[in-house]
Amino acid sequence: MTTQVDLANAIEQPEAFMSSTLAFPPRNYLNDGYGVKSWLLTRDHKRIALLYLAAITFFFFLGGAFAVVIRLELATPVGDLVSDDTYNKLFTMHGVMMVFFFLIPSIPATLGNFLVPIMIGAKDLAFPKLNLASWYIYVLGGLFTLYALIAGGVDTGWTFYTPFSTVSSTTNVIPTAFGIFITGFSSILTGLNFIVTIHRMRAPGMTWLRMPLFLWSMYATSMIFVLGTPVLAITMLLVAAERLFHFGFFDPRLGGDPVLFQHLFWFYSHPAVYIMVLPAMGVVSELVAAGCRKPVFGYSFVAFASVAIGVLSFLVWGHHLFVAGQSVYSALIFSAFSFMVAIPSAVKVFNWTATMYRGSIQWDTPMLYAVGFVGLFTMGGLTGLFLAAVGLDVHVTDTYFIIAHFHYIMVGGAVLGYLGGLHFWWPKISGRLYNEFLGKISAGIIFLGFNLTFFPQFILGYLGMPRRYHAYPPEFQALNVLSSAGASILGVGYLIPMLYLMWSLRYGRIAGDNPWGAVGLEWTTTSPPPTENFQHTPVVTSGAYEYQVARMQ
Amino acid sequence: MWSGTPLFPETASTIASRVDALYCFLLAVAVFFTLLIAGLVVVYGIRFRRRSPNGIGTTIRGGAVLEVTWIVIPSLITAVIFVWGASVFFAMSRPPNETLNIYVVGKQWMWKFQHLDGQREINEVHVPLGRVVKLIMTSEDVIHDVFVPAFRVKADVLPGRYTHIWFQATKAGRYHLFCAEYCGTRHSGMIGQVIVMEPAAYQAWLGAGSGEGSLASEGQKLFTDLTCSSCHRPDAQGRGPVLVGLFGKTVTLQNGETVSVDEAYIRESILQPSAKVVAGYQPIMPTFQGTVTEEQLLELVEYVKSLKSSTATPVDDPGRSRERH
Repeated sequence: MTTQVDLANAIEQPEAFMSSTLAFPPRNYLNDGYGVKSWLLTRDHKRIALLYLAAITFFFFLGGAFAVVIRLELATPVGDLVSDDTYNKLFTMHGVMMVFFFLIPSIPATLGNFLVPIMIGAKDLAFPKLNLASWYIYVLGGLFTLYALIAGGVDTGWTFYTPFSTVSSTTNVIPTAFGIFITGFSSILTGLNFIVTIHRMRAPGMTWLRMPLFLWSMYATSMIFVLGTPVLAITMLLVAAERLFHFGFFDPRLGGDPVLFQHLFWFYSHPAVYIMVLPAMGVVSELVAAGCRKPVFGYSFVAFASVAIGVLSFLVWGHHLFVAGQSVYSALIFSAFSFMVAIPSAVKVFNWTATMYRGSIQWDTPMLYAVGFVGLFTMGGLTGLFLAAVGLDVHVTDTYFIIAHFHYIMVGGAVLGYLGGLHFWWPKISGRLYNEFLGKISAGIIFLGFNLTFFPQFILGYLGMPRRYHAYPPEFQALNVLSSAGASILGVGYLIPMLYLMWSLRYGRIAGDNPWGAVGLEWTTTSPPPTENFQHTPVVTSGAYEYQVARMQ
Repeated sequence: MWSGTPLFPETASTIASRVDALYCFLLAVAVFFTLLIAGLVVVYGIRFRRRSPNGIGTTIRGGAVLEVTWIVIPSLITAVIFVWGASVFFAMSRPPNETLNIYVVGKQWMWKFQHLDGQREINEVHVPLGRVVKLIMTSEDVIHDVFVPAFRVKADVLPGRYTHIWFQATKAGRYHLFCAEYCGTRHSGMIGQVIVMEPAAYQAWLGAGSGEGSLASEGQKLFTDLTCSSCHRPDAQGRGPVLVGLFGKTVTLQNGETVSVDEAYIRESILQPSAKVVAGYQPIMPTFQGTVTEEQLLELVEYVKSLKSSTATPVDDPGRSRERH
């Protein structure tokens, strides 16, 4: 059996694959064992992906609920809905949940876990037990953080700046720090698993330059996981140690340096931004190729841009410290590196756009999310240039301009990429089709709600409204009301996919192997795939996205 | 609700218009590329929409010329922005020589300002129009940040260190001063006002006085009370270095390194005297950590700054002290 024959059929007769007479594959990973034990002790990367999906969805809606209260509070200039301490805890827990327990694991642990072995034609990841262990580690870290929340919350901001976090705050800093410390190991193990799997387990013929671009982005992300996360773990330990035992790492009264913390924290946390957005870039490459049914323009440039971003991401952390008292010359060096990291990002955007030229573009939900990503990531990236320019960053840093900028990257970029990927591979994961009409509507609602929420914040930031303010001067109210209105629309936009995706699990039409008529090894196996992914080990004879080749055969 | 909603901040300092010019250039770049990408997506999306379910796109693998183009052009644009941003930042970092110094101490959750003449203010600072004002800032507890949007200046206020910002106001009025680094419960209440006054009005405000002595004279009292004067004698016979005329000079340490005497060095030498001992002296000075507050430290610093080499007595003339920093 060669995979291309099936693909050609899929393209010639997509209606056959859409029909409701298709049968659900009798043997697949979902019915290979029932009961709680078959899930909690599974070593199947696909089931582990679903365990992660359930866990991160929980944290996403929890973190989102905090955002709702924050935006409600900010609808009026005075702090009248919650107390100042409560407000400080809300934005802290929003940041902690979203960054460490949703965004960082989001695409790698769910779509990555599900797809990496299938896309390279393997039966599983290199270390299946380690993969399950990483989920348990993630859950353990999550429980620590939930304990911190229930015990009264934490108010340091997700950035834990010292000496506030080590000396001044009276909240649950240590359980939260341990939660993040523990969860970091699940990232490291996932990264390690992906790197080994991609190096060692590619199917015959799957050379590096034939790999789907999603795998390149997973590879670059894994490198950051493995190299960056230990620094965060150490930093969190130092915070806990100074808090518990008054070691003088960061508190100047004990001989420490408060800015040292910021260097350590951002040495991980800036690369972490690329942990969030690189996987989304990989997803978008897949979505654009399938939506246009043609190869991604400049494949090797897009692939190596991922690696370049991964490397450069470690050289830009100091741009978080332009006003924190670092020397003028180090500020200039970090500014220069920050501009450099913009180039590979721009290369990707131009290549995705060029891919659409002379494509055969189907405007399904995944493609809507993909172009939504391209537009919002472009805006997020371009406003990043404002922040890399040192003389301008001085004015806008620590204001709502920053909030707007990084939400364009993390929500407009990472979350839209995640949702687009979830829709694109949902038929493969579940074996069923979701409601395409509701899909398009909710993609539109999310796009509009997002822009209404965060665009006014750029203006607020340039006007000078500082971030993390519970109350603010009255002249900022109108723009804040717009933002809060947008947030309510955005919230509805998130709930709709949650509902119709759940609904489709039971009532959706049978998807068939290849509902999109796309190429790629994952579309050659059944939906849902069998536990071992493929009946026979596939042999790869051409690069990714070869629609012309598939058509010929 | 929309009445009184600005879309652009007040421009009230010399640096503000330079920041705004860069901002407008970047806005133009951002709008151009956003419209370019969005326009192409819409045009291609309509023109190349799938017309039959079996349709596939034309295989185009890439083009070296295009790739080089969209690597080189963004590189050039970002190089321009880098140089522009750096030059604005240089101007922000280096105050002109003649500055009017005001000391700032941040603590949870208030701002304390000390003028050289002795006026003390809380959450409000009066400054004259047209003069270059330099804020020398430190924190008593956690990290704070002084941010005056109308001046486009901002700097973290760190415990254990002095940081600076400077501005030259171009318009009289009252402007927001925000704490821009999250500092705990009442962070959003740690706000104040910069009050820019016409020079005559400012002189009148200064003349109203505070009832207290100038910063330097307060420092002199402390210098005596803490018995600093028994070792740091003006006649070079004491066990500690002569402080007269010391500020702004470069001194050689025991290990052969040199250090220039600025506010931070004086502060460190009071709190951790043995950290950087001047060559020829013994590390016998006791620490004053915990004995003197940040505000008293600033008074002592200002007293040392006031000791000019031309005279052996402390100069109780804030006007002269303001001349140099």
